[in-house]
Parts: sequence; C-alpha cells; structure tokens
Amino acid sequence: MSQTIALSHDIHRDDEGSKIGMWLFIFTELLLFAGLFIVYGVYRYLNPVAFHLAAEELSVTVGTVNTIILLGSSACMAMASSAIRMRNKGMTMLMLATTLFIAFMFLVNKYFEWEGKFHHGLFPGSEDLLKLGQGDTLFYGLYFFMTGLHALHIIVGFILITIVSVRVNNNTLTADNPVLLDNAGLYWHLVDLIWIFLFPLFYLIA
Amino acid sequence: MENHNEPHIVPFKTYGIILAVLVVLTLISVAVTQIDLASLTVFTAILLATIKSGLVLVYFMHLKFDNKLLKALVSAVFILIALVMFVTFLDYNYR
Repeated sequence: MSQTIALSHDIHRDDEGSKIGMWLFIFTELLLFAGLFIVYGVYRYLNPVAFHLAAEELSVTVGTVNTIILLGSSACMAMASSAIRMRNKGMTMLMLATTLFIAFMFLVNKYFEWEGKFHHGLFPGSEDLLKLGQGDTLFYGLYFFMTGLHALHIIVGFILITIVSVRVNNNTLTADNPVLLDNAGLYWHLVDLIWIFLFPLFYLIA
Repeated sequence: MENHNEPHIVPFKTYGIILAVLVVLTLISVAVTQIDLASLTVFTAILLATIKSGLVLVYFMHLKFDNKLLKALVSAVFILIALVMFVTFLDYNYR
C-alpha cells in the first residue's frame, strides 16, 4: 500500500535519459546520411566530369536561399527552447510558429526546384537522363534521393514541431517539462546539419 | 525535481550571433566556390561546412552546456564517420 502511494507521489521522469535517447536516434540518422555521402563521394570520384557538369545545372541561388532559410529556422527553434525556460509562452509560440513558417518556405522552394528539373526531363528513370549517360544518372539519382530523404525529414520535423506547438498552447508543455520541445529541436537541428553538407556537395562544388 | 532544473538558459543574443556567423560562412563558401581554386575548392567548401556544423552542434544543439558523456558520444560518432570516409577514399585513391 505504501508503495502505491509513494509511486503516485513521485512520477518517475528522466529528462537526461530522454535526451540521450534522442541523441542515440540522431546517431543512427547521422550514420545513414554519412553512408549516402560516401556513396556520393565515391561516384563523384569515379565520374568527375559528369558530376561537374550535372552540378552546374543546379541553381546556386535557390540553394543559398534555402540554406539561409534553414539556418534561420534552426535559430528560431533554439530560441523557443530558451523562451519556454523563461516562462514566456507568447515568445515560445512565436518562435515555434516562425520555425514552421520557414520550414514551409523551404519545402515550397524545394517543390519549385524539383518541378523545374522534372520540366527539363531530369528525374530518375527519364529518357532524357538515360541519354546523358551513367554519370548524370548517378548524380541526379543521388540528388533526388538525398534531397528527397532530407525533405522527408523536414516534413517529419514539421509534424513534430506542430505537436509541440499544440502542447505549448494548451499548457501541457511548460518550463517544468520542456524535454519534448528540446528533443524536437535536436531533430530540427539535425535536419539543418545534414543540409549544411548537402548544399556544398550538390550546389557549390561544380 | 533537480532533474527538471536547467542550469543554463541560453540568451537569444547568443543564438542571434551564431546565426549571423552561420549566414556569413554560407555566403563566404558560395563566394569562394565561384572562383576557381581547382582542388582547393572542394577542400574549402567542406572545411566551411564542417565549421558550420560544429557551430550548430555546440550552440543550437546545446552541446556546450551538456554533460561530458554526451560530448564524448557525439565526438566519437563524428570521429567514426571521419575514419570510415578516410579509409574509403584511401582505398579508392590507391587501388
């Protein structure tokens, strides 16, 4: 009997454990993308000319805008973590909403970018691409797979941050239990981290 | 309850400064890769990306204020990735 009372009085919560769990998941994500970066590196090494020419097709401006957009959203998400600890609900909501808005902008940009490529007949398995040869096929295959997988992470992050926003709004996530917000933030920064490497590899090194 | 107490609240200003540095580094990497530095281009772009990712990890991902175990784990994962990449490219370069 005394045990049940003790339990109901002290609900066990391990924030440090939650955070380490999130990091372990992030490690698996890092290894996944690291594997893809190695594939990219090796194919680039084997097809230097084709990769060079194919990369010049990508718009550096769109890539740069998307990089700055994503860095900004990451900063907002980090600020949300601080704001909730300052017990400033309004500021937390503002920062989360800004993060979501910027994430949406990123996806819109990505949509138009992919749309343009599709329009020019550049998509996996297209006849135009097959005519260009193996190097281009590999470049665009990796481009669509890696930026696509990254975009999928953006969508997951978007859903996660939406859930956090709803919980902050109805006061079930406050300065006393900010770990979900922190973990959503960690995930969001991971997405940013991956893009930091995707951007120079696909857009800049041409 | 000490579980819930965060010892450190990072001020907005810090994040603002880090964001500014990240944007500047991005613009530098764009500018640098537009000039033809031959093999140095790849090196510079990767170096700048590494510095940027370091800033994101240390400040945005809060590692600066986290405990030593987490710092060691994250470093270990990045060292592992770097080693695997190094060995792979060593292999391709000398086969």
